[in-house]
Amino acid sequence: MHSDKEDFIFGIKRAIPIILGYIPVGFALGVMAAGAGLSPLQMALMSIFVYAGSAQFIAIDMLSSGTNAVPIIITTFLVNLRHFLFSASLAPYFRKIKQNFIPIISFFITDESFAVSITDAEQRALCHTYYLGFYVTAYLSWVLSTFIGATLGSLIPDTKALGFDFALPGMFLALLCMQFKNAKFILIALVSGFLSIFFIYTIPGNWNVILATIIAAMIGVFLSHEN
Amino acid sequence: MKTDANYLYLILAMGLVTYLPRMLPATLLSKRKIPGFFVKFLSYVPTAVLAALLFPGVLMVDNKLNIGPSNPLFIAAMITLPIAYKTKNMFATVLVGMGIVMLYNFLI
Repeated sequence: MHSDKEDFIFGIKRAIPIILGYIPVGFALGVMAAGAGLSPLQMALMSIFVYAGSAQFIAIDMLSSGTNAVPIIITTFLVNLRHFLFSASLAPYFRKIKQNFIPIISFFITDESFAVSITDAEQRALCHTYYLGFYVTAYLSWVLSTFIGATLGSLIPDTKALGFDFALPGMFLALLCMQFKNAKFILIALVSGFLSIFFIYTIPGNWNVILATIIAAMIGVFLSHEN
Repeated sequence: MKTDANYLYLILAMGLVTYLPRMLPATLLSKRKIPGFFVKFLSYVPTAVLAALLFPGVLMVDNKLNIGPSNPLFIAAMITLPIAYKTKNMFATVLVGMGIVMLYNFLI
């Protein structure tokens, strides 16, 4: 077991690729929010309370087209339901950390923070300070970049030219390769990946990740019973 | 735009419906024994989630399938795949890939 302080610093380091990915996306969201008439403070408050990229994009789009609050709240709930799976997957690893911190730490579960920390948790036991250092750092980078995006609007430099939009896919790629313990995992990845694209084409409303994950993981369970 | 108070209620409600699915499973399941079937299922979730996030990100441009030389993220992913697989290094994969995309945007 590493010390609390060591894990805190390790956590902050693990947030770096996520920050690289959050900056351009946060900027883009902020610019869009400013265009929809939100103030930088309103943008920052949404990031502070909701902290969920795709749901925030959808909410701002709905706000700018004059949608009422109830459909926005329902959509947010549905788009973010996939966190339920992430939270359940982290639960066994949360057994060994200070229990009082679980309701705080779990607030910060996103696609990206989940993907990195579940990989780290599979490697070794982690203190609650790892999650705090990591999750809060990623969180602040998101809140700040959406705020800056809304403040500067179209003055934002073109981060795309610098390759920032590969940061998150590159991270997912490396993490995915770490999951490949045997051929079965590669098969599940291929099924899930192509299902995800298939659902983008066939089912509107950001259902692709949760549907592809459930089906592919079920196939994994089925395959392990066959053996 | 909505009034400030309405906006505040809206984002608080959005925050609540986002927080509950994040918090409840972790809090409840970390104290209980999880059934074997579900443990098996959860062991495949990271792999499935990562692929479900990665594939659209590098194989699609503007929500359309684009597997070819006009998609810089696809090129970068193909070149960094062996690096990712061999080194299992997140930083190396991200930085090399970003460099490739930057070069691609600069040259093409």
